[in-house]
Parts: sequence; structure tokens; C-alpha cells
Amino acid sequence: MRYVDEFRDPARARALLQRIHDRARRPVQLMEFCGTHTHAMFRHGIRQLLPPSITMLSGPGCPVCVTSAADLDRAIALASLPGVTLATFGDMLRVPGSRGSLQTARAAGADVRVIYSSLDALEIARREPAQTVVLLGVGFETTAPTMAAALLQAEKEGLENLRLYSLHKLTPPAMAAILRSGEVALDGILAPGHVSAIIGSSAWEFVARDFALPCTVAGFEPLDTLQGIADLVEQCEAGIAQVHNTYGRGVRAAGNPAAQALLAKVFEVSEAEWRGLGRVPASGLALCGRFRRFDATPLLEGHSLEPAEAREPAGCRCGEVLRGVLDPTRCPLFGRVCTPDQPVGPCMVSSEGSCAAHYRYGEAR
Amino acid sequence: MSDTILLAHGSGGQLSHDLVAEVFAASFTNPILARLEDSAMLADLGGGRLAFTTDSYVVRPLFFPGGDIGRLAVCGTINDLAMSGAQPRYLSAAFVIEEGLPIADLRRIARSMAEMAREAGVAIVTGDTKVVERGHGDGCFITTAGIGVIPAGVDISAANARPGDAVLVSGTVGDHGMAIMSQREGLRFEAEIASDVAPLHTLVQAMLEVCPEVHCLRDPTRGGLATTLNELATQSGVEIIVEEARIPVRPAVQSLCELLGIDPLYVANEGKLVAIVPEAAAGQVLAAMKAHPLGREAAIIGQVRSGRAGRVSLRTTLGAHRILDMMVGELLPRIC
Ligand code: SF4
Repeated sequence: MRYVDEFRDPARARALLQRIHDRARRPVQLMEFCGTHTHAMFRHGIRQLLPPSITMLSGPGCPVCVTSAADLDRAIALASLPGVTLATFGDMLRVPGSRGSLQTARAAGADVRVIYSSLDALEIARREPAQTVVLLGVGFETTAPTMAAALLQAEKEGLENLRLYSLHKLTPPAMAAILRSGEVALDGILAPGHVSAIIGSSAWEFVARDFALPCTVAGFEPLDTLQGIADLVEQCEAGIAQVHNTYGRGVRAAGNPAAQALLAKVFEVSEAEWRGLGRVPASGLALCGRFRRFDATPLLEGHSLEPAEAREPAGCRCGEVLRGVLDPTRCPLFGRVCTPDQPVGPCMVSSEGSCAAHYRYGEAR
Repeated sequence: MSDTILLAHGSGGQLSHDLVAEVFAASFTNPILARLEDSAMLADLGGGRLAFTTDSYVVRPLFFPGGDIGRLAVCGTINDLAMSGAQPRYLSAAFVIEEGLPIADLRRIARSMAEMAREAGVAIVTGDTKVVERGHGDGCFITTAGIGVIPAGVDISAANARPGDAVLVSGTVGDHGMAIMSQREGLRFEAEIASDVAPLHTLVQAMLEVCPEVHCLRDPTRGGLATTLNELATQSGVEIIVEEARIPVRPAVQSLCELLGIDPLYVANEGKLVAIVPEAAAGQVLAAMKAHPLGREAAIIGQVRSGRAGRVSLRTTLGAHRILDMMVGELLPRIC
């Protein structure tokens, strides 16, 4: 089990934990931006091995969770149009919109298909030329390039029946919005490895420069995560606020130029609506230039399907959870009304949601 | 005969007869099927209790590294029988075929089923075919049912786990699900991941020879090892604790899982079993498993405790404890 040994070696983990225990003298609150970090830490039991002086708060880094109810309502409306097939990642299926989810829409006759990569949507479009295939573009800087690649391929093949409904979001602006609001006191940011592999660790410089906080890029294996936390604790103790990259095997300062070029070719930066954060300027990706013809939004014009007003699920406090203000277990619905089987809000649906992580890995159970 | 399946192949007329004769009867040759009666007439099965099971198989792609839907359909039903300790004897096979499927593919599936059945010593004695319109099926769906005989003295049930029992797994977990996923995602890896699809009845036989009082057997298919352990803990009213570090996972499976954010403990297997046996017999059962080609990488992964009924806990590689829950929702592709 070479891979496991290398990044999960219990002896090295113990050494890192010891280092964290030794250095952590004063209480610190750190935020892991990314839901993948949240889940990995629960899965390996890292939270219970950290000293009590370290509090880890989960951030808004769950693409499914931050999709707003209004955007989801529009996706459901698109799926319900005659002649439209909506292709989506499975995670989105059960997320509640104002009135039902894609899953309930599917049961009511909408053509919703689960895909595992953007290429699956291309395949559907090729096989069923009479259908308009709408690819539901949800995800951060990691997913968006695969969508861009699918559109380039569609263009090359002259596929006329593929559309993209882009709800793609950019992570640094959301982090900035949280820090600017000052709603939670933070001492450091654990930045996501996968996203940083695309945008580069330098994309997080603003955290140190504008907010005087340490920010460390870390991978998702247990040792990677522990290393990131150790680095943040050491920066806090030494009074340093810099951007460090402890995930050297995956992330370079400048990121992945090819993926960035792909994004710049197909998308332009736009305003986006985030569940929990509201409208955040320059935090989304919209199709640009000649790729605008792939935009699915115009399909909704002339159809009175647009719901009057988007509503959040009653009683759900995902917004606060996503800002790190509320611990999921303190939501009155958590575990009683809201469980992964019967989710009330998106944070309980997604495999990256922090309510799901708290529930699944047995905290407070 | 045409090269692809037409709707007329399902009409019950000449084409249907040709299809059955040339593709299925030709592959599954045995005297019971050869009579082509409405029901198969089985020989007296001798004493012992009968085990009877059925399952439907849906998988995309139909052919994958390590197997195909036909092999899956035969092994899956054999394994369901084997998990009750039964010796599998007869299978049925019903096909729902999508219009347009190349006949060559169907032939390949039938041959693979026949080969698997022969190898496993079971006969496919009755069957059916239906054809659905293009766009109404993923190429081919197969439903198999099976009959087996449980030897006297064997009493295996998911409700039989007792505090103190040892928990064993017959080999690496997650191979089948990740083999399918790597095909679907078009992810190319240096080491190709092959499905583990295999019939487990001879492995079970070898285990029962050294320990007739095996308490529980189950094959961790959909939902993976984690879900199976939860079922066993719930049905037996016990707590199960397992050690993450002792659960065998192939490195290629592990790294693909990491890449896709999937926990291998929730990924489907088609040629692995979980056994719960009295602690005193654990060493012997493990040795018997390791001596069998399908159990070479078997391991003792945990223990049954009185604790909280229905709970499965995992000691992580880092030494922390957490709950290992059932799988919820449909995060993984349909695989069987
Ligand atoms: S526990 Fe459920 S209802 Fe409460 S915030 Fe989380 S997802 Fe929303």
C-alpha cells in the first residue's frame, strides 16, 4: 500500500501532531475554505487529534452548497422545458430549490441525467441530436476547465445542441467577502490544494497583504492537511502573515497556465450569487465572446417558468454554516429533521457539505 | 440473421426463435435447457434446504476490464447463494435488450456467461428475452435467479454475529466499482484497474471445511464494505469495530479514489466477501482463505463487540475513532 504509506504514515502523523501540540500556545481559529478539507479531516479523525486550543471552522468551499436557491430554480425550470435534457453531476440532484429539487423535477417528467464528467454530456448531445442538452456547470476553478474543454470540443465537432448553464464560481473573491465582513474572528486560512493547482498559490496573496492573516495551501491527504495546520500554527505563534505552500507536489505559485488560458478563452469574470454570501462581484464565470452562443440562459426567455421569488428551505441555516458563523450541530434541525437521507438544506446533501460531514462522521451522535 | 438487434427479435416470431437458438441455447448447452420447455425440469436436488435468489444487472459499459455484464450476472447470483452457504446448482437468465445492440456483443455476453457457469459448475436452465426500443435501455439488462442446496449443519445468517467474533474480508476492496468508474470517466492510469468479479462458492466451501460454524457471510456489492458492515451490525444487534490500516486496498484503487474524492470503503465489490466467525476459529479460517486463489489477500479487519447495537466504528490510520456510516444517496454510478 505504497500510496497510503507515503501520505498517511501514522509515525509521521504523530510527529506532526506533536509539533502542533508543542507550538500551539494560544487559542487560534482557522478556517478551511474547502469542503474537501472538511471531509478529509473528519474521515481521518484529525479534528479529535488536534489540541483543544485549535478551532477549525468550515468555509464556503462546497460548490453544491453555495449554489443559490434562485439559480437552482432556474436550473429546474431549464430541465422542465420541452425538448431539453439537463446533464448534471449527481451531487446536485437532491439539493432543494424553492419548490422541490432536480430529483423531484425528474420524477415529475423532466429529463435530468446524471453525468460523471462533462464529456458524458457531449456524448448525450451526439447521440440525441433532436434534444437540447444543457450542461449544468457547477463547480470552482477545478471543474470549470473541463466544461470549457467540452465546449471547445462541441465547437470543433459542430455540435449545435449543447448548452452550458454556467454557475461556476471563483474561490478567492468568496474568501475575501468573508474576511471583509469580519463576522468571524479568524487567525489563519487553510487554502485548498486542488483549486490552487489551477489558480496558483499566489492567488491567495491578498489574504496576507490585505487582511494580515497567514494562509497556507495544503493537500487533502492526512499528512498534507496536518502539515498545513502546523504551518498556520507556527505562523500564528511567530506573528507572521504570509502565503505558504505546503503542497509542493501539486501546486506552483503561478498555477496551471494551460487551464487558466482555457478558462480565459471561454469565460469572463462576472458577478455571482452565493448562498450565504449573496451577490459577490467578480466571483463567477460567464461565457464570453463566440462561446456566448452556448449559453443556456436564453432558453428560459419567453417561458413563464421563472419562479416568482426564490426561497431558502424553511429553518435551514446553511447560509450561516457556509460563512463559518454557525457550527452545523447547533442548527436546530441538525440530525433531528435534517439528515443525509432527508436533507433540508444543501450542506446536508453534498458529499462536501459540512453538515453532512458532522452528521456522517458521528459528531454529536 | 441481421447484425444488430431489431424490435422484431422480441416479437416472439421466427427472429426470436433464431436469436434464442443461435445465441443463447448454443452457448448455454445443457440437456435441461435443450428441451426448450416453458419451465426447466430439475433433477431431484437431494436432501438439504434449498436456497433461492434473484438479482438484476445493469452496468455501463457492458464490457469492462476484468469482466462484462454476463460474467457479473452469473457471479452475482452464485455469490448470493454462496453467502447462505449453499452450493449453487441452477440459474435462470432473462435479457432485456435494447434495439440496435450488435448481435456480436450479445454473443460475447452469452459466451462469457456460459464459460463462467461451466467454470463454476452451475447450469443455466431457463431464460427469456425481450427487446425494447432504442433509447429505452442501456444496451442490455440481465436478470438471473439461482437455486442452490445448503448442506446440513450450516447455519449462516446476517443476524448471527456475536460479541467477540472476528471480522474478516477476503481481499482488496473497491476494485469493481473503480474499474467501472475509470472506464466511464475515461481516466487512464498506468496500472489498469480490473474488476474483481468472481464466483465465491468454492472459497466459502473451503472456509466451511475448517469452520462449519461460520456465523455471517455477505458479499459487499453496492454500498461497499461500509454498508455491509452496517447491515451485519444492525441485523445482529451488535457493534462492529474495524481498523482502517488492516483493510486491504490496492494502491491504484486508492489513488483513483483520492482523485475522485471517493472512499473505497463505499465502493462496490463483485468478488469479495465479509465473514464473521467465532474468534477461536479466526486464524484457521484466515489460513484457509489465504490458501484459496480468491482469498490470497484476506485479512482480519476487526471485531464484534456488545457496545451500541447497529453501530460500526472505524479506527483510522492516524489512530482516531469515528463512525463508519451506511452509504446514502446515489453518489456512485449504477453498477449492478
Ligand atoms: S443541518 Fe440541515 S437545515 Fe441545518 S443548516 Fe445544515 S443543511 Fe441546513
